[in-house]
Amino acid sequence: MNEWPSFLLDGEEVPFRPGQTVLQAALAAGRYIPHLCYHPEFTPHGSCKVCTARVNGRTVASCTTTAEAAIEVESNTEELNDLRRTLVQMLFAEGNHFCPSCEKSGNCGLQALGYDLGVMTAGFRHLFPERPVDASHPEIWLDFNRCILCELCARASRDVDGKNVFALGGRGLDKHLIVNAESGRLADTDVAVGDKAVDVCPVGVILRKRVGFAVPIGRRRYDLSPISAQARADAPRTPEK
Amino acid sequence: MTAAFPDLEARVGRIAGRWAHDPARLLQVLREVQEDCGYVPPRALMLVARDLRLSYSRVAGVASFYSFLYTEPRGSYRVLFSDNITDRMQGSEALLDAMCRRLWAEPGKVSGDGLVSVGRTSCIGMCDQGPALLVNGRTIPALSDARVDVLCDLILGRVPLDDWPDELFTVNDNVRRADILLGQTLQPGDPVRAARDPLATLEEIKRSNLRGRGGAGFTTGLKWEACRNATGPARHVVCNADEGEPGTFKDRVLLASYADLVFDGMTVAAYAVGASQGLLYLRGEYRFLLEHLQDVLERRRAAHLLGTGIGGRPGFDFDIQVHVGAGSYVCGEESALIESLEGKRGVPRNRPPYPVTNGYLQQPTIVNNVETLCAAALIAVHGGDWYRGIGTLKSSGTKILSVSGDVERPGLYEYPFGVPVREVLEDSGASGAQAVQISGPSGACIDASEFDRRIAFEDLPTAGAFTVFDGSRDMFEVARNFAHFFAHESCGFCTPCRVGTAMLAATMDKIHDGNGTQHELEEMSRLNRVLNSSAHCGLGHTACNPILDTLKRFRPAYERKLRSLDFAPAFDLDGALARARQMTGRDDAGAHLEPHP
Repeated sequence: MNEWPSFLLDGEEVPFRPGQTVLQAALAAGRYIPHLCYHPEFTPHGSCKVCTARVNGRTVASCTTTAEAAIEVESNTEELNDLRRTLVQMLFAEGNHFCPSCEKSGNCGLQALGYDLGVMTAGFRHLFPERPVDASHPEIWLDFNRCILCELCARASRDVDGKNVFALGGRGLDKHLIVNAESGRLADTDVAVGDKAVDVCPVGVILRKRVGFAVPIGRRRYDLSPISAQARADAPRTPEK
Repeated sequence: MTAAFPDLEARVGRIAGRWAHDPARLLQVLREVQEDCGYVPPRALMLVARDLRLSYSRVAGVASFYSFLYTEPRGSYRVLFSDNITDRMQGSEALLDAMCRRLWAEPGKVSGDGLVSVGRTSCIGMCDQGPALLVNGRTIPALSDARVDVLCDLILGRVPLDDWPDELFTVNDNVRRADILLGQTLQPGDPVRAARDPLATLEEIKRSNLRGRGGAGFTTGLKWEACRNATGPARHVVCNADEGEPGTFKDRVLLASYADLVFDGMTVAAYAVGASQGLLYLRGEYRFLLEHLQDVLERRRAAHLLGTGIGGRPGFDFDIQVHVGAGSYVCGEESALIESLEGKRGVPRNRPPYPVTNGYLQQPTIVNNVETLCAAALIAVHGGDWYRGIGTLKSSGTKILSVSGDVERPGLYEYPFGVPVREVLEDSGASGAQAVQISGPSGACIDASEFDRRIAFEDLPTAGAFTVFDGSRDMFEVARNFAHFFAHESCGFCTPCRVGTAMLAATMDKIHDGNGTQHELEEMSRLNRVLNSSAHCGLGHTACNPILDTLKRFRPAYERKLRSLDFAPAFDLDGALARARQMTGRDDAGAHLEPHP
């Protein structure tokens, strides 16, 4: 017998390859832990905290916690799902999200997570920040109103595109996305439509121009099946040893 | 505004050159550009990026993280009032108003003539001689109506800061009770000379059972040993002088009057762990100490207490560089501090790995508090057993308390661990105390029934702050001040802290404004659960402490502000007309929706 080591996720065994985090191992084994800022192609950094789970009784971000043999992980509990609903409510309250008129509706990770977790109310007083859009670039526009500060575009631009087109500025509630130009305008950066950074936004901040509503609402990614099912289907599986 | 600096390229070039065009010195370069220009012009961000071979977005991201760095002009005189609760208790708000009236300035904005801006900033560590402020980064304590008038005259007269009377900048030590540390009489270098062998020195530190004085209380000897045993191209000793916890100011005094002992401690640490580079991270609020610290370092180099072959021991090479922060409390967290030392945004890292293996530049690093390093220097001379004989079983040695608030004699009080709170109150001349905030907002608030509790890791651990509130103080307002502090200092990395601290502050404001109900109390306990269970670092974990502690002990202070309703909206219809009233200069009954006093 030469099997992968394993840990317990909600009472069931999950095998893992050494070096994998709890979330990576769970997805690879066809199990789902809700998450938002995690993307399988990038180093996890653990900012959204939606993937928070109890590992041996301690709450931690499962995307950054290294899997270890025989640890006990709780994820699908009322307490943790309630926490996740609150975090999603916070993200909605922090920005300006108008799903019915958003081009990303149906393809949006935040919206899909809200539906899947059963977020039924606003929960918090919305902050209505002022976040002007940047439509300076001929092919791409930025609607910062929808930004959830997951930093995936910044990570993609730095690590894959090698460009640093996107970065984070400010701090606290004033934290915001900035672009790599003294003018602050996307048009003055070397961004290109084919960049990974343009493709990776889970919400509707970075959008291509002139492709609006090409797929009608109702036939979009998360209209067809919930985000939990898609995450399981898309995850790279651990091969049998 | 670029026209104001036709030689900007040369200025930036000189500063970047002084820091060897090292991208890890980005924060130092930006700070010096601001000292040179009064702010960091957007064009300078581009020049710094070019000179340090960094992207513009990286430089702009760092510049906008630190609250003392401005990318827009903020006036020739930039005044920041310290906004700790102790400053407020000493009347800072009335003084700020008075200054704004005389200077025709609005809080947080630049005056119309571009001469001055007046704003607020987190505690600047002058609680024993407040209210205090910073002007262009320089500290002026002991504010009074008369002193504010003097400042206004100087500003309106456009007198250069260098020509202001020296006495305005005088900061007192206020050492009220000295024990083994504050009363020590060692000569510079004594601890370094006493350390005869690295392993033996490490053994003495372990034997002393010294624990970190920054609050967390990790055993210093174990930290040093883990670093010594870690492999890497180089090891580093970092002194955490980012004393940002509101209410504490002991490190200010140690750096001002015991700098040799601090550096002796760093050098002993370097000897024990095998480090060749030392970094002292000085909080931006203590910028006024920089020249003094550099003078002491220069003197120590001349005395062969730094450099190569220290104390005639071949191979013992060590030097120390001072880095200055730029207004960020979270940088007191050791991994955020290391990020800041590397010239990045001060965001706490994911741990593990810990700094002892993956610290500065991913190399083995120990990060120790100023007071911890001073204690280590004493242990190098007097031995671990001597030190362990002082204090309590699990808390060896002494602790320096920064006592302020409603006491007759604010200042530093050093006691062996185990001292009861009541004794500190008596020694400092506190009468009628109803509460003491131990270790600042991230610590604990205790009431009069708990004054027999003791300062020790076994009971009340503390990083040093000891803030006293007498019966006249509204503990709700204390907690509200702290809630705003955390919201202002959240780095914004994780959702629960970024949004949660802002919502806590807004909820406290809603109660303050008379629109609070039972619903708000429930919402705050919900926010607490979220912050406690999912925040990325200690700032978020502890952000609810002041509210929970005061709710538990001083609930009437909240309840008398509540409306007896299940819910009331925060939106204030009459308040929404305030701007219209201001613009028309009206404040009569007809300009209000509701009866106005």
